[in-house]
Amino acid sequence: MPALLSIKGMTHFFGGLKAVSNFSYDIPEGVIYGLIGPNGSGKTTTFNLITGIYSPTEGKVFFKDKDITRAKPYKIVQSGIARTFQNLRIFSSLTALDNIKIAKHFGSKSGLATSVLRLPSFMNEEKAIKKQSLELLDLMHLSHRAKESAKNLPYGELRRLEIARALATNPKLLLLDEPAAGMNPKEVEELMGLITRIRKEFSVTVFLIEHHMQVVMGICEYIKVIDFGETIAEGIPEAVAKDPRVLEAYLGKRGA
Amino acid sequence: MKKLNLPKLLIFVIVFYAAIQILYSTEMMNGYILHIINQSLIYVILAVSLNLINGITGQFSLGHMGFAGVGAYVSGTISTLVFKINPSTPGGMGIFILAIVVGGLAAAFVGFLIGFPSLRLKGDYLAIVTLGFGEIIRTIFNNIDYVGGPRGLLGIPKFSNFTTITVAALITIVVIRNLVESSHGRAMLAIRENELAAELVGVNTTHYKVLAFVIGAFFAGIAGGLFAHLLQMAHPTQFGFIKSVEVLIMIYAGGVGSITGSTIAAFALTFLSEGLRIGIRAIADATGLPIGGEWRMVVYSLLLIFIMLFKTEGLMGTKEAKLIRLKEVE
Ligand SMILES: Nc1ncnc2c1ncn2[C@@H]1O[C@H](COP(=O)(O)OP(=O)(O)OP(=O)(O)O)[C@@H](O)[C@H]1O
Ligand SMILES: [Mg+2]
Repeated sequence: MPALLSIKGMTHFFGGLKAVSNFSYDIPEGVIYGLIGPNGSGKTTTFNLITGIYSPTEGKVFFKDKDITRAKPYKIVQSGIARTFQNLRIFSSLTALDNIKIAKHFGSKSGLATSVLRLPSFMNEEKAIKKQSLELLDLMHLSHRAKESAKNLPYGELRRLEIARALATNPKLLLLDEPAAGMNPKEVEELMGLITRIRKEFSVTVFLIEHHMQVVMGICEYIKVIDFGETIAEGIPEAVAKDPRVLEAYLGKRGA
Repeated sequence: MKKLNLPKLLIFVIVFYAAIQILYSTEMMNGYILHIINQSLIYVILAVSLNLINGITGQFSLGHMGFAGVGAYVSGTISTLVFKINPSTPGGMGIFILAIVVGGLAAAFVGFLIGFPSLRLKGDYLAIVTLGFGEIIRTIFNNIDYVGGPRGLLGIPKFSNFTTITVAALITIVVIRNLVESSHGRAMLAIRENELAAELVGVNTTHYKVLAFVIGAFFAGIAGGLFAHLLQMAHPTQFGFIKSVEVLIMIYAGGVGSITGSTIAAFALTFLSEGLRIGIRAIADATGLPIGGEWRMVVYSLLLIFIMLFKTEGLMGTKEAKLIRLKEVE
């Protein structure tokens, strides 16, 4: 099976710091793929390189066999890659519903004139956008927050709002940067259920960064472990968990 | 999902229009007050259009009056120098409207050019570039003899009146309001809220930042054209930095992002400004103190400081009056 996302020999420097060193990934369609590693090991940078926030110093990124290495971020999103952020980036003074609607923006066909004149085609489209956005809020158990200004939502809900917003762009590949960070155990449990459900209902491939071992071991089918920008192990969760280098570099430090 | 609440807004404007017309024709209101109302309405256009750039899209333009200047000079040139129309010329009104629209388009084109720095610059830096732009525009007018140079473009026919200005202000409010309540407007709001996140939900932020400048400049150009045909002249000093700051104060006083706030503040501050002018002169005459019109800006600035201290979000915050809000369907 061809990979949905394929990264070849990706290296990235921040000045003299090698944040990512010769990474290669082949993420097949439909999997939940986990990326773990200690703090500062280059995980978020990997996401930033995939989504076009940075261009890699070396290497290439292919999505659905197309080279997207130097494409603009919004084009990459429009081609089917959506993400969430480790340090939330919410449209905070807008309502939860509007946060989602914004992500439906590029799917909209109404031109400027049609929109300003509020022609029937525009009104129908607006209705559809609202309906789909409400459905996404509902899926993420956020219906009761639709009209609430996003800045009033608690942390765990904001994490789910970002996932809903990412889904609103109809992605084929969903990048989640530490989705369970700051959640309580009950919320983490609920999140794991949601991620597997999303994968099935939206037929998306999930690529996630996570520190919570419970999440990674619980839902990922394939895991890559990195440290100081280098890959130190990869494979199915059971194998990775036993890898001595992983135990030393990662679990050893944190799990002690 | 939302439907334009046009009838209510329209009814309000018609009542407002009729009331002013009746007051004026029965001589309960003099021409001077009507003139201030006309000016207020032009400032409504300026403030609401600047709000699209600064309030809705979150850019920081300090050169809004530069766009108005382009509209004023281009429309004034068409009506005065090219067609040489006056209100009794047959078809004059048609040429006037054409001149105003062309003035708006010319300003929009300049807005397109000035929108580019906004792609690379943020906050203070963008403010300085737009400020510089406004001054460049002013200097250009000052140096073109064809449009009067430092004397200004004089003898512009008086086509702007309460009716044309009211219609233009209403169109501006409705267009910008409807724009904000669409996918395009939401893209602009997203840029204000978090530019990177906007880009990463698929918003072409480059396109929308420039678009905000283009549309904002278009309406500023219309306002400039109406001004020129109201005051019957266009003068470089009308479009300088201080004037841009006055419009800026209006949107901050009214609430950044609120069309209602901009509208109310445009009226309130235009009247206040006139009142201060008269008041200061009266005080100077009565007491013999050597104070002049420049004290107006002192009071203005104090007022702004008070607003910022006690009502940081401005009069309306980001809220809209029922009249301007769009009604939800279903
Ligand atoms: N914009 C930047 N400029 C300079 N250095 C950066 C930049 N972004 C990240 N880095 C550095 O690159 C390295 C990798 O950072 P990255 O954010 O990818 O780590 P991470 O694996 O996501 O860590 P965490 O678990 O803390 O989120 C770190 O040393 C970090 O300080
Ligand atoms: Mg990170």
